[in-house]
Amino acid sequence: MKKYPISIKPFGERAILIEWPNKVDEAILEDILLFVKSFKKLEIPGWETIPAYSSILMVSNAEISDFPKLEKTLLDCYIRMNKSETRAQRFLWKLPVCYDDEFAIDLAETTNYLNLSASALIESHTSCEYTVFGIGFLPGFMYLGGLPKTLEIPRRKEPRLHVDKGSVGLAGKQTGIYPQDSPGGWNIIGSCPIPIFNATKETPCFVNVGDRIKFQSVSRAEYDLRKIEGEVGIYNLEKTEIDA
Amino acid sequence: MLKVLKSGFFTSIQDLGRLNYRNIGVPVSGAMDHDSVKKANRLLGNDTIDPVLEITMTGPTLQFDSPTTICLSGAFMSPTLNNEPIEYYKVISVKQGDILSYGKLENGFRSYLAVKGGFKAISVLGSCSQYFPVTPRKSIKDGDEIMYDAIASFEPILSELRTENHFQSKNITVYKGPEFFILSDKQLADLFSKRFTVSKENNRMAYQLSEKIDGHSYSMLTSGTLPGTVQLTPLGKLIVLMKDGQTTGGYPRILQLSEDAICLLAQKKFGDSLFFKLVG
Repeated sequence: MKKYPISIKPFGERAILIEWPNKVDEAILEDILLFVKSFKKLEIPGWETIPAYSSILMVSNAEISDFPKLEKTLLDCYIRMNKSETRAQRFLWKLPVCYDDEFAIDLAETTNYLNLSASALIESHTSCEYTVFGIGFLPGFMYLGGLPKTLEIPRRKEPRLHVDKGSVGLAGKQTGIYPQDSPGGWNIIGSCPIPIFNATKETPCFVNVGDRIKFQSVSRAEYDLRKIEGEVGIYNLEKTEIDA
Repeated sequence: MLKVLKSGFFTSIQDLGRLNYRNIGVPVSGAMDHDSVKKANRLLGNDTIDPVLEITMTGPTLQFDSPTTICLSGAFMSPTLNNEPIEYYKVISVKQGDILSYGKLENGFRSYLAVKGGFKAISVLGSCSQYFPVTPRKSIKDGDEIMYDAIASFEPILSELRTENHFQSKNITVYKGPEFFILSDKQLADLFSKRFTVSKENNRMAYQLSEKIDGHSYSMLTSGTLPGTVQLTPLGKLIVLMKDGQTTGGYPRILQLSEDAICLLAQKKFGDSLFFKLVG
């Protein structure tokens, strides 16, 4: 069983950072998620774990008094974790996106830059499964990996002061959804009617790091329907468990 | 209930923060100067996490509609109760109809108002701390009514706390951050000898500093950040994340403020100066 060289560093008075090799890599992400799961099984109270790409930030609700002891606990946890038995559960979510001009305010500029037709861009954007490598920046903002090279476009030179909640954008190697109204510099190519973050729900964000996202192109009529469902909080998203 | 006659510059309900949702990008929030909050709550015999009002720069005008006991802490804003000056870090009884108002900011930047039993605000995801869009609003507004339990009398164990005002201190205690190692000798020398000042861009999310150091071209993957994390941008700008700050970031995290230093920085305003002091 492959183990990575991990490094454990103190980070201020209440946190530690565990780092895996500095790469965007599905296998590393899987190892990280397994570690989070194994650590949670130890049932040590008062810890939050924040995985992103190749690291886990662990925050304690109290001051860390004995770093060497904690480091040993974490290393032991990593050495003992067993890949075959405790694989973390991950899901593939299908999210509707309407690519109509009304929402896709940068579609013309984007297709022009990428030298693609609008239908080819939509075909390409909806054909891939994107892995959630992290959630941060804003509540429910997903860092998605796996964008095809043909869709790579630099972020806009002048960021907008206002991007609508639900906007789907492209920037560099990334694609993503703005979970709330926010300033932003991504190229907007559509809108997702499903709220990614809802503080009034028991699970405010249905997506977890390690899950995958596939976009589905929907008509304006279906967008409107899903939007209403989203607003009243009754929506059934298509999800399938990812195995292997 | 407490009636907000005037809300002041920026007044919000805060407790000690929203734990356990940082993995989905929810900032921890909570009082910027948690040390001042704990002192006020302890004097009132409250739990240290009981919700208080965080009052920034210019204070509100507030009217109590039932008797209770209050305690003020943090930045000194020349408060009066029915036009009579009142003191900080002291347990004070208020009667029905009393009006609390604030005057000149004499020191610090954020003041706290604690009430016996804490303010009864709506808790969202385990905390009453206002942060939009987790809570419906980011701050209180004129005309708001904030609930608290009426208390006819309260005998405190300690009615007054003598505290030395430390808000004038310019020394910000920091630890090495995860990317401290990328710093050059020149950057290190500047970081720990230069005087830095708080820029206009300072709020509950982050404090940007006016002075720059040399930039860098270090590229890293997005990773977790904390209140008190000092980020260095490629152009050499220093950004100190605060309580409403993002939970992950892609700029090198060169320093991490101590918990006490976060409280001290929270009491600094535009133009105030500071020095970084490395420990550990």
